[in-house]
Amino acid sequence: MASITGSVEIEVRRPRRSVVVGVVLVVWVAAYFVLRGIDTLVLGGQETTALHRWLNDHRDDVGQGNVFFDAIRIAVDHFVVLLQNLVSQPSFDRPVPAIGWLGVVAISAYCAWAFGNWKVAVLTAAGLGFVGVQGLWQESMDTLALTVAAVLLSLLVAIPLGIWAGLSDRAFKVATLVLDLMQTLPTFVYLAPLTLFFAIGPAAATIATLIYAAPPAVRLTAHAIRSVPPESVEAARSLGSTRGQTLTKVLLPMSRSTVVVGINQTIMAALSMVTVAALIDAPGLGQTVLKALQTLDVGVAFNAGLAIVVLAIVLDRVTTAAGDRPWRTANRRRRILLAAGGVGVLVAVWFSRTYVWAAEFPSQIGIGSQIAKVASDVTNWVQDVFGGFTYGVRDAVTNGLLNPLEALLTGSPWWLVTVVVVALAAVLGGWRGAVPAAVCLGLLVATGVWQDSMVTLASTLLATVVVVAVGLALGVWAGRNRRVDVWIRPVLDAGQTMPPFVYLVPFLALFGTSRFTAIAAAVVFAVPVTTKIVADGIKAVPVATVEAANSVGSSSWQVISKVQLPVARRAITLAVNQGLIYVLSMVVVGGLVGAGALGYDVAAGFAQSELYGKGLAAGLAIVLLGVMLDRITQAAARRTQNFPSRGDKQ
Amino acid sequence: MTAQLEYPDIQDTDALLSVQGLWKVFGPKAQRVPHRPDLAALDRAALYKKTGCTAAVRDLSFGVAPGEVFVVMGLSGSGKSTLVRCLTRLIEPTAGRLIFEGEDLRAADEKRLRALRRSKFSMVFQHFGLLPHRKVIDNVSYGLEIRGESKPDRRRRAQEVIDLVGLAGNEQLYPEQLSGGMQQRVGLARALAGDPDVLLFDEPFSALDPLIRREMQTEVVRLHREVGKTMVFVTHDLSEALKVGDRILLMRDGAAVQLGTGDELVGAPADDYVRQFVRDVPRADVLTLRWIVRDPRPDEPLDGPELGPDLLVREATRLVLESDRPVKVVDHGALLGVIGDEEILAVVADTN
Amino acid sequence: MKKLRYAGVLTAVALALTGCGGEKVGADKPAAAGKDCGTFNLTVSPWVGYEANAAVVSYVATKDLGCKVVEKNLKEEIAWQGFSTGEVDVNLENWGHEDLKQKYITDDKVAVEAGSTGVKGVIGWYVPPWMAKQYPDITDWKSLNKYAGLFKTSESGGKGQLLDGDPSYVTNDEALVKNLSLNYKVVQSGSETALIQAFRDAEKNKKPLLAYFYEPQWFFNEVKLVKINLPAYKTGCDAVPAKVACDYPPYDLDKIVSKKFADSGSPAYDLVKNFKWTNEDQNAVARMIAVDKLTPDAAAEKWVKDNQSTVNTWLGK
Repeated sequence: MASITGSVEIEVRRPRRSVVVGVVLVVWVAAYFVLRGIDTLVLGGQETTALHRWLNDHRDDVGQGNVFFDAIRIAVDHFVVLLQNLVSQPSFDRPVPAIGWLGVVAISAYCAWAFGNWKVAVLTAAGLGFVGVQGLWQESMDTLALTVAAVLLSLLVAIPLGIWAGLSDRAFKVATLVLDLMQTLPTFVYLAPLTLFFAIGPAAATIATLIYAAPPAVRLTAHAIRSVPPESVEAARSLGSTRGQTLTKVLLPMSRSTVVVGINQTIMAALSMVTVAALIDAPGLGQTVLKALQTLDVGVAFNAGLAIVVLAIVLDRVTTAAGDRPWRTANRRRRILLAAGGVGVLVAVWFSRTYVWAAEFPSQIGIGSQIAKVASDVTNWVQDVFGGFTYGVRDAVTNGLLNPLEALLTGSPWWLVTVVVVALAAVLGGWRGAVPAAVCLGLLVATGVWQDSMVTLASTLLATVVVVAVGLALGVWAGRNRRVDVWIRPVLDAGQTMPPFVYLVPFLALFGTSRFTAIAAAVVFAVPVTTKIVADGIKAVPVATVEAANSVGSSSWQVISKVQLPVARRAITLAVNQGLIYVLSMVVVGGLVGAGALGYDVAAGFAQSELYGKGLAAGLAIVLLGVMLDRITQAAARRTQNFPSRGDKQ
Repeated sequence: MTAQLEYPDIQDTDALLSVQGLWKVFGPKAQRVPHRPDLAALDRAALYKKTGCTAAVRDLSFGVAPGEVFVVMGLSGSGKSTLVRCLTRLIEPTAGRLIFEGEDLRAADEKRLRALRRSKFSMVFQHFGLLPHRKVIDNVSYGLEIRGESKPDRRRRAQEVIDLVGLAGNEQLYPEQLSGGMQQRVGLARALAGDPDVLLFDEPFSALDPLIRREMQTEVVRLHREVGKTMVFVTHDLSEALKVGDRILLMRDGAAVQLGTGDELVGAPADDYVRQFVRDVPRADVLTLRWIVRDPRPDEPLDGPELGPDLLVREATRLVLESDRPVKVVDHGALLGVIGDEEILAVVADTN
Repeated sequence: MKKLRYAGVLTAVALALTGCGGEKVGADKPAAAGKDCGTFNLTVSPWVGYEANAAVVSYVATKDLGCKVVEKNLKEEIAWQGFSTGEVDVNLENWGHEDLKQKYITDDKVAVEAGSTGVKGVIGWYVPPWMAKQYPDITDWKSLNKYAGLFKTSESGGKGQLLDGDPSYVTNDEALVKNLSLNYKVVQSGSETALIQAFRDAEKNKKPLLAYFYEPQWFFNEVKLVKINLPAYKTGCDAVPAKVACDYPPYDLDKIVSKKFADSGSPAYDLVKNFKWTNEDQNAVARMIAVDKLTPDAAAEKWVKDNQSTVNTWLGK
């Protein structure tokens, strides 16, 4: 959905577009009061349509006893089990894994040093030591094994696809569409069917993770290939390089740092699947989180969530350092040091295979229970102090904004909503917005979950507006102030990687089971990515441009509103887009805390076989909502883009 | 409506590289533009409005002689960079013929084209187009590497050209560690490494500081003298064109405006556009005596000193002013005319 | 960089010194479990009551029969699928699921019933205890409309809110509200976690709450919820889902095993088949796990020690 390509549009500004939008909205509200309750396509919780039942009946037709899927399953299972045997599970007739904690720490730190720098090596050792001290060594290693397996397999698929999409425009278009689907289709929709294809076990969990985690690597690889300076490619061609030589000697090496960003994103996405994959028996920290939530033990869940965050931060920093490494650092001295370090690692591994103290993480220095206790206490304190106030906020927002919006969407006849949305899309984005909107709305009616889609749409719109507002404010602040940026990043990382399940319980305590709780959770989840993209966009505004604005005496606000935001427009479009995707990816989680509607339908479809078809339809409805909103915002952004950007010269 | 474009016979030229009726059109269904006289006649804006196409190169014909430095000049957007890329089909021309050593380049298949690029042509780019992940020496030997030469061979050859362009001592550095001028020397060395017949330069020095630029121009002139390659040199800088070029092709909106030597452009501009273009050139540095001779007046004494017609005005100034009688310009024994103080002063004092 | 190298060398030396005195891996090998039991796959459904069942059976199977038990944390639906793929052998607490029994036991013949667990499941509508005390007549469904105003929330659109639970459960609540003419709206909480949190908050802050819930559940150890009396269940009164106007049926929670496992002749199958205890037993173990924070294994060990005679009947001693 994140199309990063741009094009020069001939400006066709219609007079006073905002007036047209206003008129459409007023007409809609007026029509609502006349027509409300007609053709609203309500479908009760346990009710299904013919399509849903058809999907139910054909669920088992696929994948059963298929040799192809069996081969994949066996291969993936073996791969994961091999990794687990190495680091997390007793193996090879020994009571401990093949490599004990000391060996794992040494190998990880060494890799961090070799691919990154010594700072991230220290961070790696400290991070792994920390999860050990948390009393979660084995769980963390299980998670790490599964994540590494999923990431490696993702890259095996994603990088060739990304190269293809980087070289071919047609492949790029198709890939963008498929990746949109992969990223917005709720995991719950394919989690259960995957166990039919690949049985219960590591393979299904790994492949579910792969589906969710591969897209960023494909996207960024394609993007990297596309943004190699054309002169370097021309230079290679002018010297008579073949296509293969251009690819291997120019495009790939020069794409390295962006591809590494893609790998980084893939790792983050894989880690965020840890808890969800635990629902189909993926081992590791996700299990700890889910188990703790059965008894509402926020402390223990937080402790495990914190371990995930720590692993995420370590992996993030190491990959970032690897991507940023300048070309010139490979020298003789470093090679000697690396060799010496390698010997040290071998010694550490030998220790970890020989002595108990180096094999099993010492349990006497566990601080996991203290962390859990502090987290519980803090949560309780927050609940006690803010409890009453938060309910007031919830009711005000729900009654003042959400309910009217939802009433308008769910109470109007489906054809009225369709006409209004298509009209708005046409006004804002021209045919590029109107055609996808019409197609998506038509398909939404066909899914049979129209009413639920409208409820979800109302919450999604509200959440996205909040996400964009907060993300813009924080992003501009961080983009303009280095110190803020340095402090805010780890918080954003934690917000992005902490499993939402962990903070759902405190949120439930603060806001009760309600759509507002779901919106709040979605906001927490989506704000970090929006903020990061905005901050990066603001930072990328050329210094000279800002200086020019300052030199004519602009106030800070003028610089932000008239220079930085307009120049960073493309980044902001992307931020809105990603904010939307993240909000949509929380729809199902929202369904678990009282948002009902599509999220609940998907969760119910996962849990009850007779609702499977409906759940699948609801999952597709989420995708349709995503595609529709995305296309409208993209088209609108295109229309308002009134200056050509760099590199658009033909 | 469609007209078949006609070209002279391939053998019909003694140029090393001959360009005939070359077109490059960007946009939808570009192919129709050169073949339809009604479209081909439209100017830039009208063509875009009617077809959505832009003609970056329109109907160019010229020949580059062996050993010549052929300069293509024009303002940005005039199509000169597109033209130079069309010459080796880095950009595929829309219509026209390209003849190199009697071979039709447009008929060459992918493999043949690659072979030509590996041995006959090479190019130097405005933003250098270096590979940031390779050391200087590996950048220079890239072309040799891809044509499969052994490591010792390419090291030796790379070292030769590195010495030739004055990069010695920097072999093990990465491009990002070098200044812009040094980076372009790497680009130059890379182009020379394969020992090509033709060197193509695409605004090679416009990203450099003025001082460095002048130094590099001198470098190119020196190299041309030493290695004697045929060069096609694209620039938007007239003084650069005059400094390095034997002949200059001035382009505007993809079409040729004038083709000639530097003094021809300055001395006999084809139209107002060229006149405007060459307005700021110090004419004394460009014009030769040939351009300012006049017939002797009946009363003038013809016993003054003799000078050749290809001497620059600047170089003749002192002698003409010091002489108390008009100077005779003699070409192979034939008197072309005379030059007096007023002719010299008109050129030297004229800043226009 | 240099410092780092010295640090590395020092660490290596230090490790070598301390390491030499350390205990070696594999020095105390656990006694290899003998006997002829083999391995079986036990699904563990995501609620504490089930975990209690699983903990005790797995403890006994491992200690007394020398089996190897592979626990798999799965949602019920997926566990049923597991019978057909061979990934699951035993389900120790099944709540009804007549449709799945039809599919996997009757139609596909990949699973068989293995008798009751002895635990009785109850499903219904509950209120927190403070409400039952303050409004004694609230436990009669007929007075629910009187109190509907109390249960109004931001989610219920002007009506009283009836909070429904985990999507895993089939509920008749929408039909019940309609057929009993109650002025309530069913709101989906979406998860058990949300339900429990809602009840905890309601009892602590004296907020009104009416919600779908079930017993046995470890949460009853914390808050003794009070059940609303809906029109009594009679066999067949829930035959047509849209016309239901009676309470939920009592559930006899039972065990399901894969056909393969049942036919294997493993002593573990007999253990599973004989396993039977009471709501109180299960609650006791669940409490140790959920409230006292014992590991499932430790909780099982404790209970087994106190109830050796019951265990012996399972083992046929």
